[in-house]
Amino acid sequence: MTTTAQSVATPMDGKSRSLTRIFTLEAKYELLKLLRMPAYAIPTVMFPLLFYVFFGLVFGGGRMAGPINMSTYLLATYGAFGVIGASLFGFGVGVAIERGQGWMLLKRATPMPPLAYFTAKIFMALTFSLIIVLGLFALAAIFGGVTMPVSAWLSLAAVLIAGALPFCAFGLALGYFCGPNSAPAIVNLLYLPLAFLSGLWIPVQALPGLLQNLAPALPPYHFSQLALAQIGASAGPAPWVSILYLAVFTALSLGLALFGYRRDEGKTYG
Amino acid sequence: MANHEPHVIAELQNVWKSYGELMALYGLDLEVRAGEVLAILGPNGAGKTTTVNLLLGLAKPLQGSVRVFGCAPDDSRSRTRVGAMLQISAVPQTLRVAELVELFSSYYPDPLALAETLRIAGLEGLEKRPFGQLSGGQRQRVLFALSICGDPELLYLDEPTTGLDVEARRALWQQIRTFVERGRSVVLTTHYLEEADALADRIILLNEGRSIAEGSPTMIKARVTGRRIRCRTRLHTSEIDCIPGVKSVEALDGTIEILTSRAEPVVRELLMRDGELSDLEVIGAALDDAFLALTNKKEAA
Repeated sequence: MTTTAQSVATPMDGKSRSLTRIFTLEAKYELLKLLRMPAYAIPTVMFPLLFYVFFGLVFGGGRMAGPINMSTYLLATYGAFGVIGASLFGFGVGVAIERGQGWMLLKRATPMPPLAYFTAKIFMALTFSLIIVLGLFALAAIFGGVTMPVSAWLSLAAVLIAGALPFCAFGLALGYFCGPNSAPAIVNLLYLPLAFLSGLWIPVQALPGLLQNLAPALPPYHFSQLALAQIGASAGPAPWVSILYLAVFTALSLGLALFGYRRDEGKTYG
Repeated sequence: MANHEPHVIAELQNVWKSYGELMALYGLDLEVRAGEVLAILGPNGAGKTTTVNLLLGLAKPLQGSVRVFGCAPDDSRSRTRVGAMLQISAVPQTLRVAELVELFSSYYPDPLALAETLRIAGLEGLEKRPFGQLSGGQRQRVLFALSICGDPELLYLDEPTTGLDVEARRALWQQIRTFVERGRSVVLTTHYLEEADALADRIILLNEGRSIAEGSPTMIKARVTGRRIRCRTRLHTSEIDCIPGVKSVEALDGTIEILTSRAEPVVRELLMRDGELSDLEVIGAALDDAFLALTNKKEAA
């Protein structure tokens, strides 16, 4: 071989691709993909709404101590429950399945910036979170008679939607360590007990003493306490403690996900 | 291009690769020349997919160098100039054909027009169909469309027709040829010998992580010194085996099959010994025979 491979390289002459377009299309199709999948979209949105109807509205009505009634209190905790579900299933199970199918491998072989794939999934989780939060707010205001100052509605919504981020990171880590078939089961086995033990279904004060002491060790507890703080109903640690806890949780999850991502580079499928 | 020194656009130099304890490639050298269709042919587990993954930067070599268009294979400068059809089981089921092509086209600086991609891949009329509702052959054509939509100078096709029926396979071959006519280079892996013969300008025969033969399909066929003689005869196989030039004899349902380097002297000898010999046929060894002979020789060594 006398001609070297070196001489062939040319800069991209004039033509260039639009990063904005890549990120936009990636996000658009990520969302469309899941909205067209009733088996994902319906349970993700309907479960938190149904639970809220049963526990927050049917049983609702002023049995909490202080000025906050049950319908208002559980609006925050079922909001957290819904957001965590959208993040863990959309992100975690989504990544596990797309790794298993080889879709992710095919994308890695293209010049797609890897960040486009992940930001699209974050956008999708935030959008589903917004849909869930709006649905819960509508139920609370119309059927639960929940009244709050506008600023409380807004700050509650903001905290709930921002809370998707730590659980997207955790979902991503799970996505790299679960097989495509086991991922839904593993995520459910983590999600449902964690939600219960963190006081998302029934207030943490109503849990047995031992479990009440365990709750502050769990990430969803800190998320829900931050949400409850927006409506003056937090019985947990100071907000900065919960924020710090969730920041560390996010960093650990991302570290684990990065390890999984790197591990994939030395691996082939099929 | 044909009269010039071959222009190398991608190469592996002395590449070793293992997966844990399992050795996948033993010091493989390989070069891809501009404008050629290179087939990497070999049985399952030969290291074909590993080779493609290394060229795509999806796997890192244990030792040795991989260069594509003068860059590292995972450099975006080389990635924008290549396309890949990999062995994957599915893409998101709910996205439609045109949406998938639009998405992948956005990754490249100078993609083909959507209509052109669909035309080459034979997907016209299926634009609005969700991936989950396509047949196996149509799915492979979508994966093919995703691999060519960026108008790559170098296209990797990793076992593109595995699992397809004969008709779908031939249709995809036609689509691959349509793309090659644009003057592009292709690296094709396959364990179908017929496929390498039908599409490739050059074949590298891979077995157990080593290149065991390389050349044009004709040269590869010539490597097996061989013709195949078939006939009905009353001669016993042990008797035929003694005829000079006979490499092997097999009896199948009353028909005798003989492998030899030169057919004429053997046929003359056969006719001399058995005047009633019938149903005589002399066949050039197919690529399948070359393949078997070469991979077996390796095992015997």
